[in-house]
Amino acid sequence: MTFTIPIDNGDALKNAETDSQRTLYPYVTGTSIVAIKYKDGVLMASDMGGSYGSTLRYKNIERVKAIGKHSLLGASGEISDFQEILRYLDELVLNDNMWDDGNSLGPKEVHNYLTRVMYNRRNKFNPLWNTLVLGGVKNGQSYLGMVSMIGVSFEDNHVATGFGNHLARPILRDEWHADLSFEDGVKLLEKCMRVLLYRDRSAINKLQIAKITEEGVTVSQPYSLKTFWEFQAFHNPTAGAQGSW
Amino acid sequence: MFRNQYDTDVTTWSPTGRLFQVEYAMEAVKQGSAAIGLRSRSHVVLASVNKAQSELSSHQRKIFKVDDHIGVAIAGLTADGRVLSRYMRSESINHSFTYESPLPVGRLVVRLADKAQVCTQRSWKRPYGVGLLVGGLDESGAHLYYNCPSGNYFEYQAFAIGSRSQAAKTYLERRFKSFNESSREDLIKDAILAIRETLQGETLKSSLCTVSVLGVDEPFHFLDQESIQKVIDTFEKVPEEEEDGGEAEAEAAAAPAEQGGAGDQDVAPMEM
Repeated sequence: MTFTIPIDNGDALKNAETDSQRTLYPYVTGTSIVAIKYKDGVLMASDMGGSYGSTLRYKNIERVKAIGKHSLLGASGEISDFQEILRYLDELVLNDNMWDDGNSLGPKEVHNYLTRVMYNRRNKFNPLWNTLVLGGVKNGQSYLGMVSMIGVSFEDNHVATGFGNHLARPILRDEWHADLSFEDGVKLLEKCMRVLLYRDRSAINKLQIAKITEEGVTVSQPYSLKTFWEFQAFHNPTAGAQGSW
Repeated sequence: MFRNQYDTDVTTWSPTGRLFQVEYAMEAVKQGSAAIGLRSRSHVVLASVNKAQSELSSHQRKIFKVDDHIGVAIAGLTADGRVLSRYMRSESINHSFTYESPLPVGRLVVRLADKAQVCTQRSWKRPYGVGLLVGGLDESGAHLYYNCPSGNYFEYQAFAIGSRSQAAKTYLERRFKSFNESSREDLIKDAILAIRETLQGETLKSSLCTVSVLGVDEPFHFLDQESIQKVIDTFEKVPEEEEDGGEAEAEAAAAPAEQGGAGDQDVAPMEM
């Protein structure tokens, strides 16, 4: 996809320079993030893959990171833009800590800050090519929200990005309820991630589930899901094939 | 304080380590009419004396809403106070826009203090001639701060600034230990009583004072005259006859710093 703004200052050379400064297409991308609120806070799941177009080039990318004391940020889309966002947030959290007073940035504040950043970049036709999921707990209140690369922002009890919106959210709409236990929450997320693994070609079977509660953040070690490939239709896949097609 | 050879410039130190211009700026605060602030665990009350220049004019506003959760009362050069209130409102609303969350009072106060400090270290500027009582509510509770023209700020349980504020401070010193647990109504009553102390014998009427409240679940707002009068009626048993009009309070105003020392009896036009 190309974003080109027609600049007619009669200087084609200068136009070329400024064009190369803006994000035109993503290169290394992460696929879906799925997140839900549960009894003690928020659970967020993602796989560890970084695709380079149709090639699954990187298999150890952490796409969920802790932000400050109270928040968790997950990102799909361009990985380098995610790293840029992490740098912005690092500075934000640093300045917040330097005040050294009784106040700290909660998930709501971080979410709104990110919304402003994403929307402003979109207005300049130079987007950060990510869909971000922001979850956290502060003073007993759980928070879960999302921001897209064009600055669309909202909160909900469960969110997903990319393919997750089409494959995971219907499952969540049916099976999510308030006050899920940790075990039930993980089971629900694994159910969603398994469907994504079967059906999303950019997904890999190496995932992390991160949890955030009032006590803090824990990101699990990477692990894989059990999959089942012994369906009848997969035996002798060419059985019904007659002729060249 | 007398004129001396080190007081012309704000950027000139005296041999005893004082910046006289800054101290003269603090004198300007003492010339304004009184402003009082008190806080409990959950509420902050700001009150001020309504002083009009003459019978023909209305009184100057000394209390400003900065945001739903922050208010400020000023004493000294009202024009400086107005400009600083605008700055505070701007900072507060910018924070709200970016973070959808109220600006913590402590952080606003530090920014205000840093702004005041700049004026004490530039030869082409002068210090702000206004003291600000900033009251607000944030995550860590209710707070009351006093911002000085020197760029210092302090946190208080209760404080009074402006002319005859010592009388109010004496009253508050007797009672401040109970303020943390005070109810909203008691806090308002104490504020009005402290205002009464600064009037030195003049009858307290609701038209003479402005009172504002903010608290948990209560955004900053002014109390209307009726409510104030009701509180006054609970302790002013017999309304006495006034000896002179409310305007007859003689305020010793400091002439501009070049003329040094207090001595003139007329109110400087820019101060209230």
